[in-house]
Amino acid sequence: MSQAIDDHGPRQHPALAHHFNDMEQQHESLKMGLWLFLVTELLLFGGLFGVYVFFRVWHPEMFAGASKMLNTWLGTLNAFVLIASSVTVALAVRCIRLDQPKKTVWYLLATIAFAGVFMIVKYFEYTHKFHAGLFPGENFNNLDFALGKVEGVVAPIQNPHVFFSIYFGMTGLHSLHVLGGMFFLTWAAWRTSKGAYSSEYYSPVELGGLYWHFVDLIWIYLFPLLYLI
Amino acid sequence: MSTHHAAKPGFLGRYVFSTDHKVIGLQYLITGVLMAFIGGYLAYVFRMQLAFPGNSIPGFGELVPQQYNTFVTMHGTIMIFWVAMPVLLAGFGNLLIPLMVGTEDMAFPTLNMLSYWVFFLSTVVLLGSFFVPGSAFAGGWTAYPPLSADGYVGTPFWDGLGGHLWILAVALEFVAFLMGGINFLVTTINMRAPGMKWRRMPIILWMLVIAVLTFVFAVGPLIAGAVMLLLDRTLHTGFYNPAAGGDPILFQHLFWFFGHPEVYVLLLPSLGIICEIISVFSRKPLFGYRAILYSTIVAGVLSFVVWAHHQFIAGIDPRMSSFFSITTIMISIPFAIVIFACIATLWRGSIRLTTPMLFALGAIAEFLIGGVTGIYLGSSALDIYAHDTYFVVAHFHYTLIPVVFFGGLAGIYFWFPKFVGRTTNELLGKVHFWLTTISFNCAFLPLFILGIAGQHRRVFDYSAFPSLMAGELTMLRQIATYAVIVMLAAQILFVVNVVISFLRGPKAENNPWQANTLEWSVASPPPHGNFDPYPAVYRGAYEYSAPGRSEDWWPQDAP
Repeated sequence: MSQAIDDHGPRQHPALAHHFNDMEQQHESLKMGLWLFLVTELLLFGGLFGVYVFFRVWHPEMFAGASKMLNTWLGTLNAFVLIASSVTVALAVRCIRLDQPKKTVWYLLATIAFAGVFMIVKYFEYTHKFHAGLFPGENFNNLDFALGKVEGVVAPIQNPHVFFSIYFGMTGLHSLHVLGGMFFLTWAAWRTSKGAYSSEYYSPVELGGLYWHFVDLIWIYLFPLLYLI
Repeated sequence: MSTHHAAKPGFLGRYVFSTDHKVIGLQYLITGVLMAFIGGYLAYVFRMQLAFPGNSIPGFGELVPQQYNTFVTMHGTIMIFWVAMPVLLAGFGNLLIPLMVGTEDMAFPTLNMLSYWVFFLSTVVLLGSFFVPGSAFAGGWTAYPPLSADGYVGTPFWDGLGGHLWILAVALEFVAFLMGGINFLVTTINMRAPGMKWRRMPIILWMLVIAVLTFVFAVGPLIAGAVMLLLDRTLHTGFYNPAAGGDPILFQHLFWFFGHPEVYVLLLPSLGIICEIISVFSRKPLFGYRAILYSTIVAGVLSFVVWAHHQFIAGIDPRMSSFFSITTIMISIPFAIVIFACIATLWRGSIRLTTPMLFALGAIAEFLIGGVTGIYLGSSALDIYAHDTYFVVAHFHYTLIPVVFFGGLAGIYFWFPKFVGRTTNELLGKVHFWLTTISFNCAFLPLFILGIAGQHRRVFDYSAFPSLMAGELTMLRQIATYAVIVMLAAQILFVVNVVISFLRGPKAENNPWQANTLEWSVASPPPHGNFDPYPAVYRGAYEYSAPGRSEDWWPQDAP
């Protein structure tokens, strides 16, 4: 292998770190690193999904009732927005592999725009809940449940704020991931526009894409669990 | 290779913000050792309080109950998360992995540097929490709600800033180790030298890989639990507050789902160090390489289904207790296999009783006591009596001290010549070993007896319990305390030895112990970039006393 290193020496890609033998090893290593990171992320959300199951099994009627307070249409809109953003980010990766950096930038910008729409919708959802007194903790003062004013909920339900603790905890953490992804993709788009990536070296675009699919996937699970069932 | 290293980094780049895995490994190691002294000092203070309640403590002053709780909490936190993890996993992992797989550095050197500095920040946050109003966290190192959550809102005792900072520090630390762990795995999987097949890897690499995998898979749920704990503390969400529809036992599940695999995250690297050292100083191939490997994998998997043995008295279903008793007792089998393999390696070997070898043998002997008492505690029937007594305290100190301190010290003495380039003093090392071993046993054997006599842990003053103030029990507490003082004092020998050897010890050869693994084939200390040219690997790591060779070792990279 020491010979191999001397071979590629003179014409090696500037983005190749010196401790890797070739671009392929570097790309594979980066991808493996990101997959491992995603495993830890998955387990983090896995813990929270476990908590969700635990509380849901414990208070099924409370979950069924409290989830009526969420706006299914806005949740659906956000699900479609994120699925669309996954499509555009996949196209961005494809374009950079075909050496079309301009298109890549546009697809990345489209992805970021979709993510922005997601965050704006989330902002309206959150503010609505703050005003309705549904934020858990000391300020939880929503009496609709006790007064039987929620549509489709007959009997008063106990401790609806537990549902909202889970709702805010999980969607809040997910939204932080969306924001992180937006920052990373913005950086990747900026670098692409500077001509840093080509079909020879596009690891950051692909890593950003992988991460983005993960963020999307989490929402695909959060949406039905919190809004639909 | 040399062209890549044309730009020499300055002092900061070379020793502080270095991306070199050796420097980062040493940074982790030194930070961990320094933290061990802080943890040891805390132990000294609260042991003195237990032995001589109410008296002013030399070197500290008078201890009040709140401080006692803080000290016990921080002793546990520091020793597990800020000593054992950085020394065994991050320290040795960073030092050894790139050298042993035969590459130049970790796969992501910058991430690796970031890993140490995030860890350093977490250390600052943790130590800083001693100085905030209300002092550091005092709810026990396991941070069980409701004490750690908002169950006692308004009592500054539990509700202070210290608890927030504790969660923040632990979270930062886990971020650091996740970054390091990703590096360990990618480097071992992707960057091995030609010929370094999986089955030729030194067993310590396997142990590190399995430990990191275990850590990575276990830590997510704990972070989820910690996020909810933080929300409970700051926003009063009530995940763990029964009055608000929550459940405090939930945290125990999330904590121990991580906490028990964590024990094996610490144990495995240490067992790896012990296996390496025993093979080298028995001049024999490691007995049952595959048996050790498969046992370790089995143990790693099993470690995920034993957690509830920490909760036998938390009101869990008795059928669940039986299940967790069985898995807990089962997990002793793979470790028994590893220990037997180590003993079989010794069998008819040409044993050299050097300092690292003494510590490795001591680790095995003492760990046996910890392991065997673990089988008692694994049985839920006995655990219901012994839970939260000093029997448990003695048990886990008999597992963790051999693992962390004996194993860690064995590793430090063994690789000191390689990474510092100078040899330690054997006589001082041996005195250090014997003093540590004798005082360790004097400190913790009495605790088994005290525990069986009913002495509960986390009690500030036993004067209120007449049955525990019987003459012989008081005496045992005092013996344990005196022994702790001797044990701590013995570590001064270690510091003296390391400092003097670092300054003016005899220069070390490349391969002072005549060992086979790749790190011994380069200069001591290894140059930046490690290998020039890259090594090729021809055989496994344990070809000692091969017939027909004049030398009794056969380096992995010798054709």
